Amino acid sequence: MANICRASRKDFRDAVVEAREAQEGWSSRSAFNRGQILYRMGEMLESRRQAFVDTLVEVAGYDREQAEAEVDVAIDRLVWYAGWTDKFAQVFGTVNPVASSHFDFSVPEPSGVVAAFCPGNAPLLGLVSCMAPVIAPGNAVILIVENEAPTIALDLAEVLDTSDLPGGVVNILTGHRTELREHVGGHRDVDAILSVGASTEERTVLEEEGAESVTRMEFRPDRSPADWRADDSQSPYWITPFVEFKTTWHPVGR
Amino acid sequence: MQRPSTATSSTATYRPPQVPSVDEVAAKERASRLATRSIKTEAKVEGLKRLIAMLDLTTLEGADTPGKVRSLCQKARQPDPNRDSPSVGAVCVYPPLVSVAREEVAGTDIKVASVASYFPSGQAALDERVEEVERVRDAGADEIDVVMNRNAFLSGEYGRVHREISALAEASGDAHLKVILETGELETYDAVRLASRIAMDAGADFIKTSTGKVKPAATMPVTLVMLEAIRDYHLDTGQKVGMKPAGGIRKAKPALRYLVMVKETLGDAWLTPERFRIGASSLLNDLLLQIEKERTGRYYSKRYLSLG
Repeated sequence: MANICRASRKDFRDAVVEAREAQEGWSSRSAFNRGQILYRMGEMLESRRQAFVDTLVEVAGYDREQAEAEVDVAIDRLVWYAGWTDKFAQVFGTVNPVASSHFDFSVPEPSGVVAAFCPGNAPLLGLVSCMAPVIAPGNAVILIVENEAPTIALDLAEVLDTSDLPGGVVNILTGHRTELREHVGGHRDVDAILSVGASTEERTVLEEEGAESVTRMEFRPDRSPADWRADDSQSPYWITPFVEFKTTWHPVGR
Repeated sequence: MQRPSTATSSTATYRPPQVPSVDEVAAKERASRLATRSIKTEAKVEGLKRLIAMLDLTTLEGADTPGKVRSLCQKARQPDPNRDSPSVGAVCVYPPLVSVAREEVAGTDIKVASVASYFPSGQAALDERVEEVERVRDAGADEIDVVMNRNAFLSGEYGRVHREISALAEASGDAHLKVILETGELETYDAVRLASRIAMDAGADFIKTSTGKVKPAATMPVTLVMLEAIRDYHLDTGQKVGMKPAGGIRKAKPALRYLVMVKETLGDAWLTPERFRIGASSLLNDLLLQIEKERTGRYYSKRYLSLG
């Protein structure tokens, strides 16, 4: 079918450099503009719907009905998170009651560079479900893909490339998680790690390696393709692990 | 091919030297070949540390203030606050800030360098440029970076270029004189080679590629051409002139390649801060990142370093 790149430690290092460079510009765009771009991704995916359906059937062994369902949900999910970009700050930001004459409020800000070990199941939807909530608040992400149909990740890269997404915000590495996990965990310029379907060893390695730089960790179990399509596979609470809350105390007089 | 007499300093009789012409394709090929060496582990750490000691930590902006120069000097003294690392070779600032830098690096080995002779254009009468060099020297600069008069050079007035640099060299007194050729404005490698020779004949202690204000600044091939000019001058006269590429070197990996080029062209005698410097500002943090990576085996982050 195809020869797939097997990402090395140095590919990951290069991806972090790119992501770090892109992240500031991405997060300084207006939330509305980030939403526009996510929405555009959904549109571009929709314009290639048939091609993705065919690939899921041919490469991932889906039946046609399942494949159509997965592509449709992936499109909807991008649009759904596009809507959240300029709303999650209102929902999760707070005005805090304090016992002094201060106006005290907390607002979410993106963590920075996030590395995501993507699900083995649902080669398209699993990827979208990991990527969209991470980039929505202004993070840059490195998606690490190891599954039975990694060509779909490369097809998705073409979608991203035609969606006005700035270069470096989403980086896709195909390769073996076991070869990369140590370097991902220990990289001190990675702010947060999402790992879907981590083995016990992977979790231990990531937590030990990430401890020194206090990297944020989010572990989630993998789901069946049908469960990835379910409504509980998208949530604004999938955005919040990748933000930092900044609290400001502003003096007020009477 | 060599010029008959090089010892002469009598400016009246200075004749433009005959320098070998440079094969542009070969120079580029040679430079790119030297950029393929793989330098790892202990050799890399040694190279990185040496590069820090060879660094002219530079700020040449209109917006420089005493505060900014103080923090630059702080970084020069202790590049990484968390670890021991060598201090840089020199700090390079505009003339009005020399006294600030002098005070900040007092008691250390760090040299204070400054720019003079109407940097970066050099478009001024000779006596004004000489006077500026004298003022910078008197302000306490150890090293003075002067720009060559490209106006005269590109007009073919090589005798005048030589005379002017000789006058600047005399004015600089004990301070080291680094002559900036501004290779980005010289168009051809032949011109770079000729300008290098004229500057060395006129008494330059160092020849330097660029001001950093013109693109392209330092490139591998142009540095190679200048290094070869230095080598030939050494073979002719026994003098060891230093080299300073400046501008556009921001990452550790290309910086290490410059070291390879110096080693291959001139040998170990030039691999010291007395004979080789790199003019840069953002390079230092990348060197520190790489040193830390070699120490811990994990990639490091700029967030643990001061701005620079």
